[in-house]
Amino acid sequence: MNSPKINIKPFGVHSVLIEWPNEVSEIILEKILHFERFLTKEVYTNKEWELVPSYNSLLIINRTKQIDFQKLSSDIHDWYRQLKESPKPARYLWRLPVSYDSEFGLDLEEVANQLHKTKEEIIALHTGATYTVFGIGFLPGFMYLGGIDAELELPRKAVPRAKVIKGAVGIAGKQAGIYPQESPGGWNIIGNCAIPIFDASKENPCFVSVGDKIEFYKISRAEHNLRKIEAEVGIYKPEKINIDA
Amino acid sequence: MLKVLKAGFYTTVQDAGRFHYRNKGVPVSGVMDEMSVFKVNSLLENEESAAVLEITMTGPTLLFEKETYIALGGAEMSATLNNAPIQNNKVYRVNEEDLLSFGRLEKGFRAYLALKGGFTSKEILGSRSFYKPITKFNRLNENDVIPFSIQENFQPKISEIKAASFLDNTVLEVYKAPEFDLLNDKQLEEIFSKTFTVSHENNRMAYQLSETVSSHTISMLTSATIPGTVQLTPAGKMIVLMKDGQTTGGYPRTVQLTDKAICILAQKKGGDTIRFKLV
Repeated sequence: MNSPKINIKPFGVHSVLIEWPNEVSEIILEKILHFERFLTKEVYTNKEWELVPSYNSLLIINRTKQIDFQKLSSDIHDWYRQLKESPKPARYLWRLPVSYDSEFGLDLEEVANQLHKTKEEIIALHTGATYTVFGIGFLPGFMYLGGIDAELELPRKAVPRAKVIKGAVGIAGKQAGIYPQESPGGWNIIGNCAIPIFDASKENPCFVSVGDKIEFYKISRAEHNLRKIEAEVGIYKPEKINIDA
Repeated sequence: MLKVLKAGFYTTVQDAGRFHYRNKGVPVSGVMDEMSVFKVNSLLENEESAAVLEITMTGPTLLFEKETYIALGGAEMSATLNNAPIQNNKVYRVNEEDLLSFGRLEKGFRAYLALKGGFTSKEILGSRSFYKPITKFNRLNENDVIPFSIQENFQPKISEIKAASFLDNTVLEVYKAPEFDLLNDKQLEEIFSKTFTVSHENNRMAYQLSETVSSHTISMLTSATIPGTVQLTPAGKMIVLMKDGQTTGGYPRTVQLTDKAICILAQKKGGDTIRFKLV
């Protein structure tokens, strides 16, 4: 397969942005992650460098030094051209429990009304899809999930909430996600996930990586309470399935 | 230990920043004005990454519980050591029970307190920089104590620098950022000819500017941002991301501040004005 074309831009003097075609595509995301893996293993092996993938781009950052843009740009083109197929890395499907209890699903009824469906149908659509993590940003551990069922698409709230609680499960437009911490937020909130997506006390603070898959499943309020207690003492273990990338 | 008797407006521990977690959405954090901190850490012959206190607008009152050497830098805040005025960019010895206070903000917005060896508070994810909820608190509170190592004898090679100050600079030099070429002539003209006022929506995450430029309908996929990135909202608001800024964003990235311009802006407060200049 021919590789999708890349475009390289300077971004300040410490970073370089590589852009792929402007579309939400699993094929492009795979290519970006493949290239990121190559760069991490073969080129940027020291701690001076950091890479940030998202949707159709990859940012390469040097912590302190100035980058020679012309040279790096030509190197990147060469490396990309010569990029070989390589063993696929471990990629995971994470199954996350959600309570759609009315205390958490603040907008569930409103969403159901807007989409002319029952709450149960909304929950079935939300739990029926497999989502792809296209980016992590906005807040530590905030996942941008693609793959929402077209029947669940609706605009974000006209007036954002000043405060959305930690674990709030939201949908907006073509995106789904979870607020990993309390924050202001404009997404429609339909449930809550007790598994902390971001935990600064862990060596790997965020178990999810860009490129992973997410599925949600419904749990009762009582089970949610138990999961929350587990999370508070740090013994939660998100359910994961090894998948081929 | 350094004991916080009064917290001031917004005082935090900061170092060079928290690297290698931006792909998980963690801002880099670290000192806002790197140039001022470089001077004080150099005077104390510290590592560049030594942790300092970043003191915003109104200073704290601090009690030293053991001896060390200190240097202040950045904003001029009428600091006194046991009620005697002290200068910026000069090394002072402090003893047990000495009291450091701050008065009127004379110039700039963020002052820095560095001490020999740096503060030794706990590192979380490789950094001592405050950022809630990575750290428990977003700023220091009354009665907090911050650990450091005792320093009895230090002979600084240079005890004082008369460094040129950039606190009065109002021109922010910028590079083209990734969506620069999508801007129209009118927007470009506005960005580079207008004088912008720093709005009161300014903090370690972002500085919003009061004046707007022409609105746009540019749509893009969420992509990485870095400190100093100037985003343009569809309504024409300019938002300059700073050290605690989000790691990705969906607004066009118009221009990118130079490292020095980030330091200049970090010393501005609501109501101050700036201009952009392309380099």
